[in-house]
Amino acid sequence: MSLDRVMGEGYFTTTIDALTKWGRSNSVWPMPMGLACCAIEMMAFAGPKYDAARFGSEVFRFSPRQSDVMIVAGWCTYKMSHAIRRVWDQMPDPKWCIAMGACASTGGMHRCYGVVQGVDNFLPVDYYISGCPPRPESVINAILKIQDKIKEQQSLALDS
Amino acid sequence: MNTETTDSLLQDIRELLGEDLLEVKTDYAYPLLRIKRDRLHDTCRSLKNTFHFIYLNEIIGTDRFTSEERFEVIYHLVSLRNRQRLFLKVRVEEEEPVLPTVTDIWKSANWNEREVYDMFGISFEGHSDLRRIFLPEDFKYYPLRKEFPLLGVPGSLEMPNSTPDHD
Repeated sequence: MSLDRVMGEGYFTTTIDALTKWGRSNSVWPMPMGLACCAIEMMAFAGPKYDAARFGSEVFRFSPRQSDVMIVAGWCTYKMSHAIRRVWDQMPDPKWCIAMGACASTGGMHRCYGVVQGVDNFLPVDYYISGCPPRPESVINAILKIQDKIKEQQSLALDS
Repeated sequence: MNTETTDSLLQDIRELLGEDLLEVKTDYAYPLLRIKRDRLHDTCRSLKNTFHFIYLNEIIGTDRFTSEERFEVIYHLVSLRNRQRLFLKVRVEEEEPVLPTVTDIWKSANWNEREVYDMFGISFEGHSDLRRIFLPEDFKYYPLRKEFPLLGVPGSLEMPNSTPDHD
């Protein structure tokens, strides 16, 4: 089959919804919210060894306006929670959130007055990663789960 | 550190303080002295001027949770010339947790004293800027006191609004 045959006169049909979901799920750009040691594992996740580029997530955007999924990596104090919520509100819809590690999910070993006992107290978390800290493979798994979630969701709001 | 300098230092401090030196511990690598609260400021001044403890390493607060002399404040001093460290302790009552400031002797005491005030509620008389250093200024509790609950008082620290502005 020559390239002309593929790129030339052929066509295929699809829905806008499927096309949008295909595009969205293969370009999940993370917003790194590195708060503690989990952030080091998050950097390894984006680095060449674990290579998140295979799944379209290599572009760490330090601007909330350009990112799709926020990875909260590390323990979050009450003071920091306001900043995180502010960054989250600046991210454009649609957006997803991953709570990475025991501390971000539940407060972990930081069971004290200054640390929020789980970022789901003020963020809508889509996926929790266990581990202290989780290995980069777990973060890749979380990105894949987010991709599954994107593929299952209705991507377009229909007028009723 | 040299034991001879430590011994002569302790001898000099004993002569200086007399009865006001309540407790001396030398079983640790560096001497630990407990003195009367009223003698804190002038002892610190002479430790700096006469014995060359020009560096205040840290100030530590502790809650002993006893009915008398509940709080303890420890001053960790370093003499760079004699290569000597010294721990100076004073105890304060729960009813009147007030100590004289040492910010006029060591400037670095400023933030250390603010931290002790933030965590234990011990105020330092004569401090130029005694505000909370870590916790919000309207926070009503002192978190390192033993009676403070582990997970804090619910609602005492503000959580962000979880509904976005534009919705």
